[in-house]
Amino acid sequence: MTDFAGWLMPLRYRSETAEHNAVRTSAALFDLSHMGEIAVTGPGAGEALDYALCGWLSTLTPGRARYTMLCAPDGGVLDDLVVYRQAPDRFLVVANAANTAVVLAELRERCAGPAVQDETGRTALIAIQGPNGAGILSRVTDLALDGIRYYAGSYADVAKRQAWVARTGYTGEDGFEIFCAPEDAEHIWTALSDAAGGLTAAGLAARDTLRLEAGMPLYGNELSADVTPYEAGLGRVVKLDKPGDFVGRAALEARAKEGPRQVLTGLTGKSRRVPRHGYAVLAGSDPVGVVTSGAPSPTLGVPIAMAYVKTDATAPFGIDIRGKTEPADVTELPFYRRGKQA
Amino acid sequence: MSVPAELSYTEEHEWVSIEGDTASVGITDYAAQQLGDVVYISLPAVGSTVTAGEPCGEVESTKSVSDLYSPVDGQVTEVNEELDDDPGLVNAEPYGAGWMFRVRVVVGADGEPALATGLLAPAEYEELTRSAG
Repeated sequence: MTDFAGWLMPLRYRSETAEHNAVRTSAALFDLSHMGEIAVTGPGAGEALDYALCGWLSTLTPGRARYTMLCAPDGGVLDDLVVYRQAPDRFLVVANAANTAVVLAELRERCAGPAVQDETGRTALIAIQGPNGAGILSRVTDLALDGIRYYAGSYADVAKRQAWVARTGYTGEDGFEIFCAPEDAEHIWTALSDAAGGLTAAGLAARDTLRLEAGMPLYGNELSADVTPYEAGLGRVVKLDKPGDFVGRAALEARAKEGPRQVLTGLTGKSRRVPRHGYAVLAGSDPVGVVTSGAPSPTLGVPIAMAYVKTDATAPFGIDIRGKTEPADVTELPFYRRGKQA
Repeated sequence: MSVPAELSYTEEHEWVSIEGDTASVGITDYAAQQLGDVVYISLPAVGSTVTAGEPCGEVESTKSVSDLYSPVDGQVTEVNEELDDDPGLVNAEPYGAGWMFRVRVVVGADGEPALATGLLAPAEYEELTRSAG
């Protein structure tokens, strides 16, 4: 168990490699109740979020989700978020546990009009992720899962308890996230596990290697107040074409024009030694970047890393792994992409 | 978590078993559990000299990397080649098939093998892991 933003969470239940592989090949359950849930409700909630966030949330169709960011006035990323439009006047903003207080405070300050409420304490979150996830979930819900596209969601009963069920996740695999009342969480967890004749529970360690293989950024590693979405290769989330001002617009417009100063780059190690967060990226003997996340990839069997590398640096690159430079190939992100489902 | 009674331990979580002038070395069950799934072990070369208390390799897991310390002075006579293909042996059988290397121990003037100062008895090692939480 580990202290994660004030929540006591398992790094692993048993073997993180087995947990990782279960998500890639069958399915596993995650307890993500640490995530922050903030509801923004009332008339004008969408327009208020258009000002508060860098995305264009008022255009989000009810029943759909969007990945977006909360930026500081200087364009720095304060958190990355998934926002669900659960009803025309109700948005559920899902924040990283460590940033929930900041997101709540900023939304309250930036959203004049709609109500901004922290629902973290009365919301549990269970994710079922993996190619078999939909089949398992379908056994305990009447919701027609075929009708729920990626980044869509719906209110539904799961194991006869009320929940918001969304086809989202942080693993690069098909799967669902189930938001429910804390008192219903154990019941739903058990029902899902029973429906599969037993399911692997996956911890934070597997969650980290899964998202890294999928090229997904982690706040505190790839994202921070020191980078804008453009450095992270996520400029697409900044909707400069939306009407009106929004927090960070001027700074982000300038950064979009001048281009990023460093680029989030995928690297695959050519030895078995593993690049870790904070290690230097070298071109020859010159430091040209820094590793933000690195791990041995369970799926690919080689060390993989994401790193910020100066835009003018040229490969080949090496990584300083505790005093010895190990060669690394630039690899297009994501490292892993699931096969298209029928 | 197991701490076999017949072994000695280091504060860096290696175990050592000495038979005659040969020491066998691995990492403890506690260390393996703390590391998580071991994915790669860099071992000293056969024939190389190791020094008690000095790093001689590294153990990589999904989440972290740790130096491997030699508990003894001597010359490496054998390394566990099987760990190259199956590093998970360290998690599965840390005191058995997950052993790491063997050393012909330097014998001091007193006829005793040169060990790291402060090798721990099983009870002392257990105490160490308890206090480490």
